[in-house]
Amino acid sequence: MQSPLLSVDDLHVAAGGVDVVHGVSFDLAPGEAIGLVGESGSGKTLTCRAILGVPPPGVTVSGGAIRLAGEDVSRYSRRQWDRVRGPRVAAVFQDPASYLNPSLTVGRQLDEVLRVKNGLDRRAARTRAVELLASMGLHRPEHVHDQYPYELSGGMLQRVLIAIAVSGDPDLLVADEPTTALDVTVQAEVLDLIAALRAERRLSLLLVSHDLAVVAQLCDRVVVLRHGRVVESGPTRRVLDDPADPYTRQLVADHREYGLDRLVTR
Amino acid sequence: MTAAPAAALQADGVEVWLGRRAKSRILHGVGLTARSGEIVGLIGETGSGKTTLARAIVGLAPLHAGTVRVDGTPVDGLRGAALRRFRRSGRVQYVFQDPLRSLDPDVTVLDSVVEGLAIRGDGKAADRRARAVAALEQVGLDPALGDRLPGRLSGGQRQRVAIARALAVDPRVLLLDEPVSALDAANRNHVLRVLDRLRHEREVAIVMISHDLGSLAGIADRVVVLYRGEVVEEGPAARVLLEPEHPYTQRLVTSVPSIDGPRRPLITEGVHV
Repeated sequence: MQSPLLSVDDLHVAAGGVDVVHGVSFDLAPGEAIGLVGESGSGKTLTCRAILGVPPPGVTVSGGAIRLAGEDVSRYSRRQWDRVRGPRVAAVFQDPASYLNPSLTVGRQLDEVLRVKNGLDRRAARTRAVELLASMGLHRPEHVHDQYPYELSGGMLQRVLIAIAVSGDPDLLVADEPTTALDVTVQAEVLDLIAALRAERRLSLLLVSHDLAVVAQLCDRVVVLRHGRVVESGPTRRVLDDPADPYTRQLVADHREYGLDRLVTR
Repeated sequence: MTAAPAAALQADGVEVWLGRRAKSRILHGVGLTARSGEIVGLIGETGSGKTTLARAIVGLAPLHAGTVRVDGTPVDGLRGAALRRFRRSGRVQYVFQDPLRSLDPDVTVLDSVVEGLAIRGDGKAADRRARAVAALEQVGLDPALGDRLPGRLSGGQRQRVAIARALAVDPRVLLLDEPVSALDAANRNHVLRVLDRLRHEREVAIVMISHDLGSLAGIADRVVVLYRGEVVEEGPAARVLLEPEHPYTQRLVTSVPSIDGPRRPLITEGVHV
């Protein structure tokens, strides 16, 4: 078997000195997409923050290992992370506007990443930035490049954030509730974009979501968390169609209680 | 011949302008009717005007044209004391999208519900308390939670507090702005079940603004689709959501992700969103 790109091994995460993630383990193969699901408080976001090396204040990795391409990054220094973020791993989050500087054009912020991370000069960075914005499906990319975050819709901002994330050509994209704040048609467009990027760039994906339907769109496998522990993991169709754990069964039943599918059968 | 009883809510030809110019118009002659015991889903995206329509109905956005009637009585032209009386009557209640911001963070949730009754001037203080406790129980909240501040409740519990506060004053019309979009499935189900039960028990007309078509499929009798300030389609929920006629509604429906697997990628030609 191919060695995993990401290997989370008996991960413990503590908040204020108390463990809230109790020994989470899973492997993600190159090119694979995994969905990390669970309700609020399940530890899915803390696990994902630990993997990115950006735990919230007061939160630390208290045990276990996070191996990215074989290297344990769980105790990396800031300087070590600077080497890894961009070419190895990048991330997008629920609220794109809060990850951009409101007083700079989005293009300037994308150019800066390309200059610092990829060593491009000013002119080359701008050219590459416009290309990237175009490949995110943004119309009139030169115009978008010179706009400020407030001038763009939530869906456009998330495309800009995805452009920044993939600008360093990462192996792994971590997406924490990337479409939760978006309208349903925009959500569909962003999910389509992530699916296309996976195919084109052989990008691996770790998707964190409370919405099983979103996970079903993109992921090969699902890891179900509850109270900081993995209760079940396996291929997406197996877990969602035939859940083995009672908690997963409940999540699926809750999800199916309302939905368009019910109209067809009632 | 006796006429059918007037709808609890009837809005006709509603126009709202943001400024003085016609290009600032955000609602173009929109109609919306909801009868007692009925749940009407108002679907539309950011910028479609759905929140503006709800605000116009409760008198928070001035009408440029059109009328809003509650139980057959026009309420859009009210000014001064008459407007205050109408607001205090609590006949139309608006539950905002984010109860963490609409509930006073320094007031316990029981006191928040009591306050709604006090504004209406109902009964004695002790009586109000008992009614507030009953309202919390009706939405499935343990009254023991009444002593908590909103920040100490989960999102789903807060949403139910906001609904309890609105229902305690016996409204004829309840407007809910995205009541479940931020909730996980278990909490969403709880809120939807409460609404589905209360509409009959309380004889209230419910207008639920949402882009969560799955939730509306479960509880709405009718849906109204708003696109760029105009109603482009309306009808029974099952008909509109299963056999949408307008291209925009079709695009909405095909955008909904399914737990059963990937959708077909969207065709981006046609309707421009």
